[in-house]
Amino acid sequence: MAVDPALLARLNVKPEELRVVRAQTSFLQSLYILEVVRGLAVTLRHLLCNLVRQSAMPTSQFPEVQRVLPEGFRGRHRLTVKDDGTPRCVACMMCPTACPADCIHIEAAESPDPSVEKVPVRFEIDLMRCIFCGFCVEACPKDAIRMDTGRFFDLAGTHREDFVLTMDRLLND
Amino acid sequence: MDSLNQHPAIIAGRLLLGWMVPLAFLPLMIWFERKMSAFMQDRTGPNRAAILGMRLGGVIHTLADVLKLLSKEDVVPTQVHPLYYRLGPFVAIFVAQLLFVIVPLTDTLRLGQDEIAMQGLQLDIGILWPLAVGALMVYSIVLAGWASNNKFGTLGGLRAAAQMVSYEVALGLSIMGAVMIYGTLDLNTIVREQGQLLWGFLPRWGIVMQPLGFLLFLVAAFAETNRTPFDLPERDSEIVAGYHTEYSAVRFAFFFMAEYIHIVVASGLVVTLFLGGWQVPWLDTAALRAQAKPVLAVMLGGLVLAGIVIVPAALRWSRTLRQHYTDARRHEGRVWVVLMGGAATIGAAGLALLPGLALPEWAPVAVAALAQISAFIAKVLLVALTFIWVRWTLPSFRYDQLMRLGWKQLMPLALVNITVTGFWLLLFGKGS
Repeated sequence: MAVDPALLARLNVKPEELRVVRAQTSFLQSLYILEVVRGLAVTLRHLLCNLVRQSAMPTSQFPEVQRVLPEGFRGRHRLTVKDDGTPRCVACMMCPTACPADCIHIEAAESPDPSVEKVPVRFEIDLMRCIFCGFCVEACPKDAIRMDTGRFFDLAGTHREDFVLTMDRLLND
Repeated sequence: MDSLNQHPAIIAGRLLLGWMVPLAFLPLMIWFERKMSAFMQDRTGPNRAAILGMRLGGVIHTLADVLKLLSKEDVVPTQVHPLYYRLGPFVAIFVAQLLFVIVPLTDTLRLGQDEIAMQGLQLDIGILWPLAVGALMVYSIVLAGWASNNKFGTLGGLRAAAQMVSYEVALGLSIMGAVMIYGTLDLNTIVREQGQLLWGFLPRWGIVMQPLGFLLFLVAAFAETNRTPFDLPERDSEIVAGYHTEYSAVRFAFFFMAEYIHIVVASGLVVTLFLGGWQVPWLDTAALRAQAKPVLAVMLGGLVLAGIVIVPAALRWSRTLRQHYTDARRHEGRVWVVLMGGAATIGAAGLALLPGLALPEWAPVAVAALAQISAFIAKVLLVALTFIWVRWTLPSFRYDQLMRLGWKQLMPLALVNITVTGFWLLLFGKGS
């Protein structure tokens, strides 16, 4: 048996004292049969329980039955609006700065409202890059971006463009 | 022998029967495999594929699988042996298809003066046929594994060779006890013998007369079908897929089919030797033919009962479906209500008409055959389900454990079984 001699010396064990201790099985266990039957009983119980009460199974029938996500779940983003329906966003660039995945792209323009400096004309989130960390929500000084849509499992698409959330989509969620 | 039984058309029909029955079991077996494993693991299993909204609980997935396997690219790697690589799957399916012909589906049918056997091959050597032909199965696996020119394939093939040769010994020896008790190798005669009663109330089934032999045969049959816990030739965690690593599309499907046909055949043999074959418990062929009307009534009653149980369940299910789905699937529940309701109505009508009905001359034979084949299929399904049940329960054996079990435990036990049976027959005779 190849055991490091230094290790044996440190543990104060002589090499001839080493022996292999096998797991103990009782006579009944070594017959297999009883243990096999016990195992079969477990699977049969699961089979019958699930057969009788299929609704109790943990599987959810996804596209038809949408899972209700818990409160505070960071789902797809949305942009909030003011009372007059215009975006709360002032294009301050805090969120793209905070974004570790570099997925938020904002183009700013001058605001018609004299009390507000800038508004976004383009606000896009590339979900292919987004890691759903929520830093953009934390960074926003105006509570303009939130991730409280509760939608996360319907992000599939067939084109890359499907994964870019434009301002339209963000405002209408 | 009589003439009609040897008529070419009858022989062809019998062979076709022995050939088609295991194939007919295939989609059912695959469905059971997927659905039972799912339920055992708290999953729902396949439930999406549908034809016109009919999902049949996932059976349609089997059809989709077949279409997929048929339409996939047939990849033949460049390094394989061109002939043997192609030969492997064909030998597998060919050998598997040869096996079931020996299993009797019902007792011989009496047509006038003629007796027509309901087994593909009526051989006096009976039980030796599946043992002899089944042993050829190992060729296909070794051929496939070696011709793949792949380390995993070769390892799988070698493992299969060692395993199947080892367990063939135990398989052959384990049935000798039953053969000694029934005094014949002919399977139909063995089944007929099992119709007699022990102590006046217990059917003389093999499992009663030979409990140890039954257990040994079952274990050896598991090993012969290469399924868990004896799946060494294709164990995924060690040698990818073993002997069929390099196979794809239809060639893989052939191995897959051969495995399931083997399960059906093994179940058929277990049933024939140890579970009374086509025997309806306590009712032998003569009794079934004499009591054709009551037997028919029981069958129709079963139809009515099935309707009574299933129709309300289908109605409840239909309501759920209509809540959840907007496409064609929402109507599936109603289809089942109509189908099962119709079946129950037919059964009830039959029950009502039966007392006044004068049965034609051939009816008793047909009713008895129907009852027997139903019993046979029910038993085969039960044993086949056990195969699946065991697969999804037990971990598989290590190689040395497998060899120890085969040579040091099963084979000596089988020999002990033969010796004890021999002494028993010597001391007490065949009667008890």
